[in-house]
Formats: sequence, structure tokens, C-alpha cells
Amino acid sequence: MSTIVDFLGGDHRACDDLFASAEDAVAQNNWDSARSLFERFQAAMAHHLAMEEKVLFPAFEARTGNSMGPTQVMRMEHEQIRGLLQEMANAVADANHGRYLGLSETLNMLMQQHNLKEENMLYPMSDQVLGGERDDLIRAMEAVSP
Amino acid sequence: MKSKEKVPESPVRIMHRFGDGTPSCNRLFLCASVPLCLCASVVNALWLQDKAGRAMSQQAGLSFEQAPPFALPLRFFLTAPLFLLAAAGLIVWDPEALASRWTPPALAVTHALTLGFLAMVMLGALLQMLPVVAGASLPAPRFVAWFSHVSLTLGSVALMAGFLTAAPAAYGIGIALLGGGFAVFLAAASISLAHAVAGVTVNGIRFAVLSLAVTLLLGLALALLRAGWWMPPAVETAIAAHATFGLLGWVLLLVIGVAYQVVPMFQITPPYPPRMSRWLAGALFTLLLLHAAVLLLFPAAAPIVDAGLAGGILLFALATLRLQARRRRKLPDVTLDYWRLGMASLIACVAVWLVAQLWSTWAGSNAYPLLLGVLFIGGFAVSVVSGMLYKIVPFLAWFHLQAQLQARAGSIPTMKDMIAERWTRWQFRLHLAACALLTGATLWPQLAITAGSVLALSALLLWVNLLSAVRRFSRHGGRFS
Repeated sequence: MSTIVDFLGGDHRACDDLFASAEDAVAQNNWDSARSLFERFQAAMAHHLAMEEKVLFPAFEARTGNSMGPTQVMRMEHEQIRGLLQEMANAVADANHGRYLGLSETLNMLMQQHNLKEENMLYPMSDQVLGGERDDLIRAMEAVSP
Repeated sequence: MKSKEKVPESPVRIMHRFGDGTPSCNRLFLCASVPLCLCASVVNALWLQDKAGRAMSQQAGLSFEQAPPFALPLRFFLTAPLFLLAAAGLIVWDPEALASRWTPPALAVTHALTLGFLAMVMLGALLQMLPVVAGASLPAPRFVAWFSHVSLTLGSVALMAGFLTAAPAAYGIGIALLGGGFAVFLAAASISLAHAVAGVTVNGIRFAVLSLAVTLLLGLALALLRAGWWMPPAVETAIAAHATFGLLGWVLLLVIGVAYQVVPMFQITPPYPPRMSRWLAGALFTLLLLHAAVLLLFPAAAPIVDAGLAGGILLFALATLRLQARRRRKLPDVTLDYWRLGMASLIACVAVWLVAQLWSTWAGSNAYPLLLGVLFIGGFAVSVVSGMLYKIVPFLAWFHLQAQLQARAGSIPTMKDMIAERWTRWQFRLHLAACALLTGATLWPQLAITAGSVLALSALLLWVNLLSAVRRFSRHGGRFS
């Protein structure tokens, strides 16, 4: 089975891909396509955040005995991401082109710098400290519901 | 914190111990020892503070603290455009600035751009970026930001005054301030980088910071020479190495290291080819060392080393343009335009260099080094840095505002609301026109005043644009520290 870096890093790429497709549809004012792509993007994001918050972070915190460190910062940024996603959903519902693109630019920066911290630091550390139970963790993450 | 470190011997006592009593020698020791003593005590204090901080943290090696307060990097970003404006003002005031790279106003303009604008933004950006990309924040960030910002600002002004007036006192103040300010920053950055999580970006930043140290030491020696206090050996090699380590080491290697992260991130492109990102920064740094050695020992072999550097530059510029052509986000974006202009300018630098290899009259002209300088500093470095400011400042304004107010995303301005897109677009056009006019002015000097005036407008609008983000941040209740 793969490492946590590869598994969750790969999921970041899949989310990025849906994000770009939805933004592209909005940019072209193709609202039917934008609505369905945004829904898929939002669902993929909800699943990704749930995999981390329900499986990875608790395991990491239990193993390192630290729940106020990196995972705490990541949870705070997840809340910021959720806030932007909610506003983007409203912009899609209102077919508000300018509003969506302002929010999506902000979400992209927030999400990318967040992913950087996870992929450069948190995931490699998780692979290190959770090595033995890694396969079980990945199976549990795949099965998680948002 | 109170530390028990030994207080460094005062510069005056060192001067008395080593100086031969002549006034010029005393001044030399005074100037040289101020930054060195400062560096020694600061390294010591920062190291102790860093150790204490790490002992308290259960996650040594993984400092995940939130971003530093907005005020820390922001002061660098808001000061930098004023030096761009000063450089433009000097060109308008004395068009001799573009007659040869050796005229006093040309040296003042060059250092206004490299120290006052480029280094200013780059230090601020590193303060912000190191915790994110390397998981290692700088020790004592508030002190380091305050001290290096004040020293770099006043030191750049003093050095420019030195070039323009040839007053030894101005050089002396410049040496002490720039030496001290960079020493503190380099000490803090080294501690942070020593604990950093390894990666291609951190690798690039390490070589860039090393190049900055080399550039600084050579620059201090050359300033002592201009002040008439010391005659360093191999002056011509020292000048060449100062310029190449500064521009191709510090500036280019930092841009390369940062590009590995931000180019794929801003536009969602594929990553840089892994083999290239692993080797390029180290290879270019090795070539810079070789370049200095060859100039000193076998000058005839210099073009071979230069060809290697040109090849590396071309590879980076073409790889970046290729990735950007394959981007997933196709929306118009001023930062993308700035990066493309920057990469095109790098390719133009290589072309201008190639012509000089084939045509010796061109290689020996005053216009050749000036044109290379305009293309590299203005066309490449100022462009990339301006493009980055248009992402970093609006994002930090949004990020800090949201975190401070715990605001619903709909109740605060988005990144795009922070600076009106129309004005960033106008500022890019002015910058593009300034680059074209400056390029022309190296060949037709009568263009210099127009070029300087357009550059001044571009600098002013950059400043106004950045201030508009800060004003929105503050109007919505954001706090700076």
C-alpha cells in the first residue's frame, strides 16, 4: 500500500483538478457545468477534510501526545477553507461570476499554502510515527464519510 | 531574554588593540568591527533563545506556528517601492545614470534597486515563507524584522549617498548599517535553515542565503575601497564576484527555489521536472564559485563557465514558461504576466550575452553591461518580485483579517477586492513600458528622462496599490501586530 504522503498528496491533486475545472466553467459563465463541477469539488473537499480530522489527526495526536501543535493549526485552516467553500456555494447558487472568482482566488492561495505544510511536514512526520499502522489508517480514511 | 553570554569586546577597544593609530586605519577597524561584533553577539543571543524555545516544544524540528504578525513582513513590502521611486528619480535627475555602469549615479541606481527594492522584499518574504515551506520560523522574529528593516533602509540610503557624494562618512555609515543588518538576518536565517525540513525549495534558499553572505562581504570590502580606507587585493575579480553572487546567486537562486513552490501553486501547473529541481540550484552555485576562481587564475577560460551559467538560466526560464503554458487555471492574472515578462527577460539576457561572445566591439561597449543590467534587474528581478507582491500582500491581508476577526468569509473582502484589478493591470503596463524605454535608453541616451519618468509612475502606482490593500485591511478592523 502507499504512504500517507502519496495517498493524501494524491488526493490534494485530485481536489485541485476539480477546483480548476469548476473555476474554468464559472469563468466561461457555463453555469450548468459550473454547478455540477462545484458540487463534485465541494464533496471531494469535505471527504478530504474528514479523512484528516476523523482519522489521521486523532492517530497523530494519540501517538505524539500533542493535540495543540501542528494538527491544531491545520484544523483552524480547515475552518477557514470551509468558510470560503460555503460562500462559493452561495456564489454558484446566485450565478455571481465576480464574487465566485474573488473567493476562488483566495481559496486557491489558502489551500495551496495549507497543502504545502501538510505535504512537506505533517504527512512525512505521520509516515514516520504511524508507520506500523499505516495500511489500516489508509483503509479507515478511504471508508470515512464526511 | 537575559543571557550569560560574554559581552563582545567594544569596537573601540578592538580598534586600539589592532589599529596602528592612523586615522584611516582606526576608521577601518571601527567600520569592520561594528558589524562583526554585532553578528557575534546576535548569533549567540538568537541561538540561546532558539534553544530555549525548542526545549519547550514537544515537536522539535517541526515548528508549525501561525504566520508572523502582518506588520513584520509588511514594513519591508511598503518600503521597497519607495526605493524603486528613488532609482527612477535619480535617472530623471541625472541621465548620466544610464551612460555607463561605473558612473556614480549608475552605482546609486543599481544599489537602490538591488538593496532597497529587491533585497527589501526578499527579506520580508523569507520571514513569511520560511515557516510555511521549511517548518522553521526565524528565532526572535520581531527583533530580526525590526533591526534588519531599519538597517537595510538607512544603510541603502547611506550607501547611495556615498556613491553620489563620495563622502567617506556616508560609506562608513552604510558599511556599519548594511553589515549589521544583514549579519543579523543571515544569523537568524541560518539558524532557521539548519532546522528546516529538507526539500528542493529549502535547497535553493540555502544557496541563495550563502550567496548573499558572499555578496555582502565583497560589498563591504569594496565600500572600504571607495571610502579610501583599504585597498583589497584583486579588486576587479572582487567586483565581478560581488555582482555575480548578488544577481545570479542571491536573486536568481532565491527566485528558482521559490518558483519550485509558487509556479505550480498559483496557476495549478504540473511540478518542475524532479531531476532539474534537485540539481539546478547547486550546479549554478558551483558555477558561480568556479567563475570567481577562473577569473582569478585562468581568465581565458571564463567564457566556458559563463556558458554553463547561461545554459542553467535558459533551462530555468524555458521550463517555467513551459509549465505556465500547461496551467490549469486560465484566468487573466497579473502575477502570471509579470512572471512571463521576467522569464522572457532572462532569455533576452542570454541572447545579449551570446552576441557579446561573437562580437567583441559589443562586448567592449558601455551599452553591453548596462543592457544586461536593465534586462536582469528591471526585466527579470523587479518583474518577478512585483508579481509576487500582488499575491502575497492581498493574501496576508485576507488571512490575518479572517483569523483576527474570526469573520465569515462573506463579510470581509476577498483577495481580489484588496487591490483593484484594473490598477494592477495599469501598473503592469507602466512597468512594461519602463522596461522597454530603459532598454532603449542604454542604446539611445536621449530616452533616459522619459524612461525614468515612466519608471517613477510605475513605482508610485505599485506603492499606491499595495497601500490600498493595507487600507482595506485596516478599515475592516484588522490589527497589524
